[in-house]
Amino acid sequence: MSLRLPIYLDNNATTPVDGRVLEAMTPYLTGEFGNAASRNHAFGWRAEDAVETAREQVAGLIGAAAKEIVWTSGATESDNLAIKGAAQMYRDKGNHVITCVTEHKAVLDTCKRLEEWGFQVTYLPTDETGRLDPRQVAEAITDRTILISIMAANNEIGTIHPIAEIGRIAKRRGVLLHTDATQAAGKVPLSVEEMGVDLMSLSGHKMYGPKGVGALYVRRRGPRVRLVPQMDGGGHEWGLRSGTLNVPGIVGMGAAADICRREMPEEAPRLRALRDRLHEGIAGRLEQVKLNGHPAERLPNTVNLSFAYVEGESLMMKMKTLAVSSGSACTSASLQPSYVLRAIGVGDELAHSSIRFSLGRFNTQEEIDYAAEQVVAAVNELRQLSPLYEMAREGIDLKKVKWTDED
Amino acid sequence: MPYSEKLLDHFTNPRNVGTLDKDSPRVGTGVVGNPVCGDVMQLQLEIDDDGRIVDAKFKTFGCGAAIAASSLTTEWLKGRSLSAAEELRNRDIAKELSLPPVKVHCSVLAEKAVRAAIEDWKRKRENAPPAAGPARVESCEGCRKVCPVNLLDQVLERSGKAEQKVGT
Repeated sequence: MSLRLPIYLDNNATTPVDGRVLEAMTPYLTGEFGNAASRNHAFGWRAEDAVETAREQVAGLIGAAAKEIVWTSGATESDNLAIKGAAQMYRDKGNHVITCVTEHKAVLDTCKRLEEWGFQVTYLPTDETGRLDPRQVAEAITDRTILISIMAANNEIGTIHPIAEIGRIAKRRGVLLHTDATQAAGKVPLSVEEMGVDLMSLSGHKMYGPKGVGALYVRRRGPRVRLVPQMDGGGHEWGLRSGTLNVPGIVGMGAAADICRREMPEEAPRLRALRDRLHEGIAGRLEQVKLNGHPAERLPNTVNLSFAYVEGESLMMKMKTLAVSSGSACTSASLQPSYVLRAIGVGDELAHSSIRFSLGRFNTQEEIDYAAEQVVAAVNELRQLSPLYEMAREGIDLKKVKWTDED
Repeated sequence: MPYSEKLLDHFTNPRNVGTLDKDSPRVGTGVVGNPVCGDVMQLQLEIDDDGRIVDAKFKTFGCGAAIAASSLTTEWLKGRSLSAAEELRNRDIAKELSLPPVKVHCSVLAEKAVRAAIEDWKRKRENAPPAAGPARVESCEGCRKVCPVNLLDQVLERSGKAEQKVGT
C-alpha cells in the first residue's frame, strides 16, 4: 500500500470529521432542517429530538446528565461562558480566581479580562513536566476565591493535570472548579463526578466532529452551578446561551462523542503504542532529543520533542511531507516562542527547536515509520547546516558563548 | 509562511554550506544572532591579497528565510571584490528573496554577518588580537523589538504580585 502524502500529525490542532459522523449529520443539513426551537410542527420536533440525543451522547462521554450539557460554538465560547459567567454570578462571594500559566489563550485571555473588571487572578506555575501540584492550588485558595480553572490536558505538550485531586480540594473549600477538557475529551476517560468538576469545556472538532460546535458541562446538583449568560437573546439552553441551535453540528458532535466513548478502550492503547514507536524511532537514531511534557501522565496521542541545534520552522520546511506544528517563534505571527514551553522551563533555544506530533484515529503504523525516517533525515541535514552543532562538536559550551543580547 | 520560489530553492539546495579555516589570515569569520532568538548565522569569507573574495561559506541555525538569506549572500559575494561586499545591503537580499515583512530581520542578520566577517579579516591583516571568545556576536534586531513584550513575562510578573497579595 502506498502512503498518501502529506501525513497529518497535527490532530491537537483539529481532526477530520469521521465518515460516520458526517453520515449522522447529513440529514440535518438537508431534509431535517428544522429549528429545534420550533415547538409547533414536526420539523422542529425532529430537530429537537436529534439535539437531545446528542446531548445524551456528549453527557455519556464525561459521566454527566444530559441536562447538564449546554451547546456552544466551541471550547473558546465555553471557556468564556464558564469563567466570566461564574465570576459575574458569584462576585458577591469573592473576586479571586486561580488558573495556571500553561492554560490555553481562551482561558488566559478571559482571566485577563476578569482582571480588567477588578477581579484578582493567581496564575500558578507548573513543574518542568507541565504538571500542576495540587498543594499549590490549596495554598492559593483564600476566602475570596470563587473559581479555579485548570485544563484537563495541555494542547502543546499533552501533560495531564491531577484534576481529581484539585477537585477534592476545591470541594472541601467550597470553590467551583472549571476544566478546559478540549484536548482530553475523547482521548482519556473523563468523569465529572470522579474529577469533582463543576464546569467542563468541550470542543467538537478535536474529537472527529465538525468545527463550530462545542459544549459546556454545567453541574446541576451538589452544588447547582449558576452562570450569568454571555449571550442575550431568545433564551435557548435554559437561558444560558441564546441563539438558534446548530443542529447538524450538534448531531455531529454527539455522534463523535459516542464513537470516542465506545472505541476508547481499543483506540487509546493503539495511539499510545504508535506514539511511543514514533518517539523511539526518532530518539533512538538521533542524539540530543528532549521530550517536552510528562513522561507518563500525558495524552496517548501527543509527543512534543526538541531537537537541539535545529530551528523548528526550518525543520518543518524540510519535513514537507509531514503536517506537524512547532513552538518556534518563527512559526507564529508574534515572533515569540511557545509560552507553554517557556513556562515549563524549556530554554528559548530549545523552544525554537520544538516540534509537536499529535497522532489521530486515521494514522497507521506505516505512516509513523515513514514519519520517523523523515524526521531523522531532516534533523541530520539541518545539523550539518548548523553553526551551533559545529560549535557543540568542537566542545564549545554554547551557554558560555557571549551572545550580545545577554549583556 | 508564504515563501517565494527563489527562497525555497535556496533553502532546499543551499549553496556554499561549510566551514573555512578560522585561523587562516585570509579568512574572515562573522557570527551574528543568538540561539535564544532562534537565529545564528556564521559567514566566512576567504579574501586574497587583491581584495577579491575567492571563497564564501556559511552555516546557519534559523528559519527557512535565514538559511536562504545566508545561502544567497555567499552566492552573491563569491568572486566579487571586498568593496562590493561592503556595499551589500539587507534590502537587496530581502527584495531578491521576496521576504515577508516579519522575516526582513533575516536579511539584516545576513548584512551584519558580512560586516562582521570583513571586520574579522581586517583585524587579522592588522595583526590585531582576535576578538574575545569563540564567536563574535551581534544582536538580531527582530528580537530586540519583540522579546520585551513577551506575554509570559507579564503573566509571571503579575502572578508574583497576585500571589503576594493573596498571601498577606
